[in-house]
Amino acid sequence: MPYTQGLYPIVRKGNLAKNIYDFTILCPEIAAEASAGQFAHVKAPGFMLRRPISICETNQKAGTIRLVMEIRGDGTERLAAENAGGLMDLMAPLGHGFTLLPPDKKAVVIGGGIGVPPMLEVAKHYTANATAILGFRSASAVILKEDFEQIGAKVVLCTDDGTAGQKGFVTSALEELFLTEKPDVVYSCGPTPMLKAVAAMAEAKGIYCEVSLEERMGCGVGACLVCACKTKKDGTEGYSHVCKDGPVFDSREVVF
Amino acid sequence: MADLSVKVAGVSFKNPVIPASGAFGFGREYEKLYPLSRLGGISAKGMTLRPQGGNPPPRVAETPMGMLNSVGLQNPGIDYFIEHELPNLAAKGTRIIANVAGHTIEDCVAIAQKLEGTAVDMIELNISCPNVKQGGAAFGVSCGAAGAITKAVRRASHKPLMVKLSPNVTDITAIAKVVEAEGANAVSLINTLLGMRIDIDSRRPVLKNNVGGLSGPAVFPVAVRMVWQVANAVSIPVVGMGGIASGRDAIEMMMAGASAVQVGAAIFADPYAPLKIIDEMNAWLDERGIRSVQEIIGAVKPW
Repeated sequence: MPYTQGLYPIVRKGNLAKNIYDFTILCPEIAAEASAGQFAHVKAPGFMLRRPISICETNQKAGTIRLVMEIRGDGTERLAAENAGGLMDLMAPLGHGFTLLPPDKKAVVIGGGIGVPPMLEVAKHYTANATAILGFRSASAVILKEDFEQIGAKVVLCTDDGTAGQKGFVTSALEELFLTEKPDVVYSCGPTPMLKAVAAMAEAKGIYCEVSLEERMGCGVGACLVCACKTKKDGTEGYSHVCKDGPVFDSREVVF
Repeated sequence: MADLSVKVAGVSFKNPVIPASGAFGFGREYEKLYPLSRLGGISAKGMTLRPQGGNPPPRVAETPMGMLNSVGLQNPGIDYFIEHELPNLAAKGTRIIANVAGHTIEDCVAIAQKLEGTAVDMIELNISCPNVKQGGAAFGVSCGAAGAITKAVRRASHKPLMVKLSPNVTDITAIAKVVEAEGANAVSLINTLLGMRIDIDSRRPVLKNNVGGLSGPAVFPVAVRMVWQVANAVSIPVVGMGGIASGRDAIEMMMAGASAVQVGAAIFADPYAPLKIIDEMNAWLDERGIRSVQEIIGAVKPW
C-alpha cells in the first residue's frame, strides 16, 4: 500500500478534553489512500522517533485527515503545541486497518479512552448499523460522542465513575448488548486488558472480532522490527509487528 | 557535480551512503518512496543460519538525541533471504551487503558458504550485536574470538569480507588489528553502545531485555573518535557509522578516515535521510570545488 511522507498544513486544531487534541490536516494524497484503522507516524520537532497516531477520520473530498492525540510524554506534548496554520510532518497512511464488511451488516465498535478515535471511521462505514460502546474514566474525559451520534451510530457511553452515561466498563455494556443482539462483527481499540476481555467475549459468541494494538514504535513501516507483538498463526506463537502486520489484528491471532 | 564514487575492499560504490543493517530491512518498505538505485549500497538486516524471533517487547526506548533498541536479531534466516529477498534486492542497481550474524563460528561459516555464488557484493560479519545472549558481541569484545571467527569466515568465502566492530571494548584498535591480520578486507564501526533506561515510576527497565543498543546522534562523537583511531591503526578501509544524520556528519566521518558511511537511526525520523545526505555531501563538495569525495577520506588535520 502506498504511503507518503511530508510536511502538511494543519487547518484546524481543537481541544476535546484535558490533554486531548484534535488536528485536521490537509494532505490529499494521504486522505486518498487512508482506510479505517490505519495510522500516521508523526514527527515531533526535536525528537528522534516518530509517534504513531491512529487516523480518526478521513475526508477524501476535503483532502483532510483528522488526528486525535493524547499528551503522554514530552514528544506528544510538543506535538500538541502545534497550531492551525503550522505544519505537521506525517508519514501516512501506514499499517493494516480494519476489515470492513458490507455496510448493511451489524457492527459493534468499542473504544476505550484514547482508543476511541480510530473507531469513528469504522462507525462511519456502518452508520446506523453501528453501535458504538465508548468508555472513559469520567465525564471530563469523554471525547467524540457527538461525532458518533452525528453519523447515526447508536452510542452507549460508559464511565468508570458513572459521571456520564452508565457506570462501569465497556465490557458490561457489551455483555448487555449480547443479551438482545448478535452483531456480525466487533471492532475494538483501547487498553490491552479491555481488548483481551472484548476478544474473549466475542470469541465465546462466535463473532468475528478485530482489535487495534499499540506498541512503542521505530520506523513505522516494518523495517526496524522494534514494535513486536506476540501472535499465533496456525497454532505457532511468534512475533508480528504492530506497524506493518497491524495495528489491527484478528483477535484470535493475538496472544494477550 | 562532484564524483561521489568510492571503493571499499575492491567493491565500487556509486556514492558512499549505505543504509545500515537493521535500519532498512531488505529495502522493500523504502522502495515505495524512492528508487533504491540512488543509494550507494544497502546493508541488509542481519541474518542468522535459522530464522530467529528476537526479544520480547518493548524493544525500543527514546533517549536524548538517540534511541535504544533490543530487537535481538529477529530475521527470517539466511535461506529465506537468499530465496525471497536477495533476488528482489539484487535487481535494484545498488550494492548489496549481507550482514551475517551467527551464534557460533560454525553458523557464520555455514552462512558465508551459502552466500558463495550469490549476487551479494560483500559480507559484513557482525561480531558486535549487543542484543543476543550467545555469539553476537561475545565475538567482538575479545581479540581471540574476533580473530578466530574472522579467520574461519575468510577461509569459507570468496566475497569481500567486512567485519562490524563493537564499541563496547576497551581498545577498539586492538580488535581491528586482529581482524585485519586474519584476513578482513574492511571493518565497519560502530555498532550500538550498550545502554539502559529505567522507568522510575514502575522501577522497571524500559526495555524488556533490560539493556539495549544506543544509536542516533548521541553516539556520533564516539563513532567519529573510534573511526579515526581505527583508520590510523589499520590499512584496510573503514566504513563509518553511528549517529550520522546529515551530509556534514557524513563528511566529518569520512574526514576521520571512513571510506564510506552507513546511516541507521536517522532513517526512522526521516525515511529520505540517505538521499538528503547524498545531496548535501555533493553540495558541500561542489561549493568548495572538491572534485571527488575520495579527497576527503582521512583528510582531518589533527593537532
